[in-house]
Amino acid sequence: MSVVASNLVWGVRRKTILSDVSLSVAQGETLGLIGPNGSGKSSLLRLLAGLKRPQSGRALINGQDIATVPRRKLAQQVAFVQQNAATDTNVSVRDVLRLGRTPHRSALSGWSAADEAAVTGALAAVGMSGHSAQAWQTLSGGERQRVHIARALAQAPRVMFLDEPTNHLDIQHQIEILRLVRDLDLTSIVALHDLNLAAMFCDRILVLHAGRVVACGSPGEVLTEDLLRQVFRVEAEVSLSADPARPHIRFRAG
Amino acid sequence: MTRTDDAGGGAGWLALFLALALVVLAFAVALATAIGDYRIGLGTVFLAVTNGLGLTGAEIPPIEASIVWDLRLSRALVAALAGAGLALCGAILQALLRNALAEPFVLGVSAGASTGAVCVIVLGIGAGGLSLSMGAFAGAFAAFALVALLSNGATSGPNHTILAGVAASQLFNALTSYIVTTSGNAQQARDVMFWLLGSFGGVRWPDVSLLVLVVAASLGICLWMARSLDAFTFGDEDAAALGVPVARIRLILFGVTAMLTATIVSMVGAIGFVGLVVPHAAHYVVGPMHMRLLPACAAVGAVFMVLADIVSRVIVAQQTVPIGVVTALVGVPFFALILYRSRPQT
Ligand SMILES: Nc1ncnc2c1ncn2[C@@H]1O[C@H](COP(=O)(O)OP(=O)(O)OP(=O)(O)O)[C@@H](O)[C@H]1O
Ligand SMILES: [Mg+2]
Repeated sequence: MSVVASNLVWGVRRKTILSDVSLSVAQGETLGLIGPNGSGKSSLLRLLAGLKRPQSGRALINGQDIATVPRRKLAQQVAFVQQNAATDTNVSVRDVLRLGRTPHRSALSGWSAADEAAVTGALAAVGMSGHSAQAWQTLSGGERQRVHIARALAQAPRVMFLDEPTNHLDIQHQIEILRLVRDLDLTSIVALHDLNLAAMFCDRILVLHAGRVVACGSPGEVLTEDLLRQVFRVEAEVSLSADPARPHIRFRAG
Repeated sequence: MTRTDDAGGGAGWLALFLALALVVLAFAVALATAIGDYRIGLGTVFLAVTNGLGLTGAEIPPIEASIVWDLRLSRALVAALAGAGLALCGAILQALLRNALAEPFVLGVSAGASTGAVCVIVLGIGAGGLSLSMGAFAGAFAAFALVALLSNGATSGPNHTILAGVAASQLFNALTSYIVTTSGNAQQARDVMFWLLGSFGGVRWPDVSLLVLVVAASLGICLWMARSLDAFTFGDEDAAALGVPVARIRLILFGVTAMLTATIVSMVGAIGFVGLVVPHAAHYVVGPMHMRLLPACAAVGAVFMVLADIVSRVIVAQQTVPIGVVTALVGVPFFALILYRSRPQT
């Protein structure tokens, strides 16, 4: 399923947070979303997932304006992994994964074999099978994040939005999760802070700066020394020697 | 902990649980009907009930038949239904507001109902029992409306809503005190006090029918939305991402809670603590998922209230202690035990 946004504008009160954002992601593609803190990555993902309404512009999934799709229909196709999910309720890991099946279950239906398979498979995919009965509250930060990614997988979506899915993960799991997302047959948009991970795993990268798209293209086209200086205000050396399509960035201490 | 991790609240589990709960509840109601200043044997109770239902025509003393059928049975059933309803309201509000303290009374409903009732008792707006209920009902709804207004229809976040509820409680409590102190006499103040602490005295069969209707409808609606309530675990936005129509669910469920609380409070007064303590107890036994939690709350709330009513009638001879006093006196130690048992293991 494709994801298209045209001229999205969003803000609160007089402050414009996203101005005129357009993008297009093809079926099966993985788009990396990068930009400094406060540049609007999370806000953009919320608009695309239909959690906030844009002031103007449209977001289309599979050619359909998401404003016209009922919530539950949308959730059957689109999963969203929040930046910081938290709860005070005493739920188990399995309870959390079960929530992922919500859009596929009717009000009173039982727990089907398909639901069970989706949950078990998703837990295994993130390497959390052994924690199924553990209380969510007692998980480590990285484990919580993996459980939430598993929940999104259990939702069996065709499109997945992930907001900094790797920020609490150790390097092994960062790579495993991004590899998983890339290899799954779904369209995904991933907000990332680690530019090297973005370069390694994304088909294309979109750079946001102060609510505007400043660049969009393959990692090799986008991640230039000039752009890093302008947008992120860092001096870096971009090496294309190993693989010209997947640049490697080495930051300078200054 | 007796919690199996399989069917997620499928129909089979629910049926079994409800059957068990009904048996325990029937036993509690039978006890409540037998026990009192005038003691009646369980056998007579049974016959009086079947007679009343028109199933048998057994010979029993008319006075006993009348006590069982006209006084105690309707009272016990109203107690059960009120307990079930208040517990249900607590569970719903705790889920929607994601706050362990949420319950109808924290949101100012009882305070509003009291003000309404006091207006009728003291200021004599309207006359007769019916208008007292209507005053309480109107007051309860006024409080809910004020909370909804102060919190933008509960969209400004759970804590905001709770704060709005606390503000509403304070306002209505102040109004009640003002009315009582400025224009009440001693007898009226006593009436008001008694009413505030709750009482099942004076309830009759029409009250039972009304409550059955309201509680059953509410439970049905809430069970229908149980899956959606689960989805609120990680917040409103996460619920929306899971396909839940958040605004609609919130509107309907707040409406159901307002209706249910107002009906109960207008009938039996402001009985505290049940809405707070029962959901936590039920949660401890059946876990957080609402397809199990809600029926469990209704069942535990019903049994708890029937037992509390028995205690309120027998603890002091020839006198009935206000039910609110009993629910707190029995409930607090019980609650303390749960808090102690479920404290985080460190
Ligand atoms: N509801 C809101 N009210 C006011 N300001 C908001 C609101 N939501 C977002 N903002 C502001 O909009 C800007 C973009 O926020 P957003 O969360 O999208 O940034 P981000 O790119 O995800 O940042 P980060 O990398 O820190 O996660 C920030 O400056 C934030 O303060
Ligand atoms: Mg963000």
